[in-house]
Amino acid sequence: MGGAALVWLALVSIPLYLLLATSLRGAGNYIVDGPLSIPDALTLENYRTVFEMGFHRYLFNSVAVAVCSIVIVVAVALPAAFAIVRSRSRVVRVGFGMFLLGLAIPAQAVIIPIYLIISRIGLYDSLAGIILPTAAFSLPISILILTSSLRDIPHDLYEAMAIDGARTRQMFVNLVLPVARPGIVTVSIYVGLQAWNNFIFPLVLTQSPEVRVLPMGLWQFQGQYTTDVPGLMAAVVVSLVPIFALYLFGRRQLLSGLAAGALGK
Amino acid sequence: MAPALLFFGIFGIGPVLGVFGLSFTDWRGLGDPVWTGLDNWRALPQDQAVTGGLRLSLILTALCWATQTPMALIFGVWAAGRQRFRAVVGAVYFMPLLLSGAAIALLWGALLDPNFGLAADIGPFVGVPDGNFLGDRNLALYVIVAVILWQWMPFHMLLYQAAARQIPRSLYEAAMIDGAGRAQMFFRITVPQLKHTIVASSVLIVVGAMTFFETVFLITGGGPGTATRILPLHMYIQAFRAFEMGYASAIAVVLVVLGFGLALVTIWVSGYSRMTSQREGAS
Repeated sequence: MGGAALVWLALVSIPLYLLLATSLRGAGNYIVDGPLSIPDALTLENYRTVFEMGFHRYLFNSVAVAVCSIVIVVAVALPAAFAIVRSRSRVVRVGFGMFLLGLAIPAQAVIIPIYLIISRIGLYDSLAGIILPTAAFSLPISILILTSSLRDIPHDLYEAMAIDGARTRQMFVNLVLPVARPGIVTVSIYVGLQAWNNFIFPLVLTQSPEVRVLPMGLWQFQGQYTTDVPGLMAAVVVSLVPIFALYLFGRRQLLSGLAAGALGK
Repeated sequence: MAPALLFFGIFGIGPVLGVFGLSFTDWRGLGDPVWTGLDNWRALPQDQAVTGGLRLSLILTALCWATQTPMALIFGVWAAGRQRFRAVVGAVYFMPLLLSGAAIALLWGALLDPNFGLAADIGPFVGVPDGNFLGDRNLALYVIVAVILWQWMPFHMLLYQAAARQIPRSLYEAAMIDGAGRAQMFFRITVPQLKHTIVASSVLIVVGAMTFFETVFLITGGGPGTATRILPLHMYIQAFRAFEMGYASAIAVVLVVLGFGLALVTIWVSGYSRMTSQREGAS
């Protein structure tokens, strides 16, 4: 078992090493010497190319899409989760069932009506046009995560607050928000990654360079500079940097966010 | 609750109904859809690209399940050990999770390029002299399976690792006293104890198969020929290249049914609905 694990270690780390090493070498020397040769000189030239073609713009767009999606999802999903935990009404129960069903809807399969809706409300080729469906498709798993974290609140606490004369709004701010914090963090990470990585929505719903996000940028780069592998690798590294920083910052939370993320796929 | 329902109704449930409705129309992407009844649905079974794409999608799903499950199980259990170097190895294993699907697809696309990539160097050693893995009708699908394995194995390993750490040590101690070997302990204790996780991970792989679209789109674009043109990709091409939106909607309905169906069958076969939640173990 240990031996096989080491083989897999090589299979993971060699491509990652090649990614980083290739991004640091000159384009000419990559083609002449082949990918496995030891680069004789390292250069940041590829990174300059990447930023010259506007990757800081794509980076900014991706961050904007991620942040807006997170804000929308938390603002909408938290009250919904609160209602699911607190209310016994039929509407809420049916609604919860709808969200559970929503977990199994593949975004690819409904992209045509989404394209139709986004075009008809005039949001085609805008960042808002990516944000809305991205946030909507993150809702089911987010509501699931938040609901399970709010379920942990003992019923007595609500009762006690009610006796003290607290209104729903006060309960929400003083009790729900603090308890839901870990859940909110997990949801934010999940929605952020989802928005960061999403390919099909920007592919179908945008076309202009001004609203290009990172995955699209990578794809365009490959299309425009077919043989510039070092440039492409530098672009991939740039797209990795923010997530890697997040990983160093909060490894535990990020991994649980990833786990929740794939549960939604 | 109301805003969430409204929001999800518009972009989640609505489109499912919408795609069903559009499948009975002829729509070129501009103007209004024209009702054509069952025309699209009659054409569907005769379309070799559709039946072929469906076949490819099912094969791809099966191969991804068959490769990811045993590897993630074995490595996950291995990484659940607590020695220090395993933690380091585990951290390296998780690195592919930090790269987006598009980045991974393009990284491998470049490495497997027969002219400039790694493929030319390793091809001769594995029986592909020119290193043109992606240009070979018989190999391209397996390359896709391998890239998806590389991308997703770490995640499923993460699930198994977390679950394996929950197995009570006393079970192994008792087995040791009874003189059980390592293999015996793995198959008699570890695997049965991880049953819930195996099911959860399998459901994720099967349902996730619908999202392999971008990997295929970016690495082979469906080629060579139609050797990797899986159903979601065929739908995309029909809708946004050929602008046969009505016909593509019929294909999309097949995808929706397939996604729900595969998930339900996996859950039903495994009796998962009768099990208790494993969410704690999963996250």
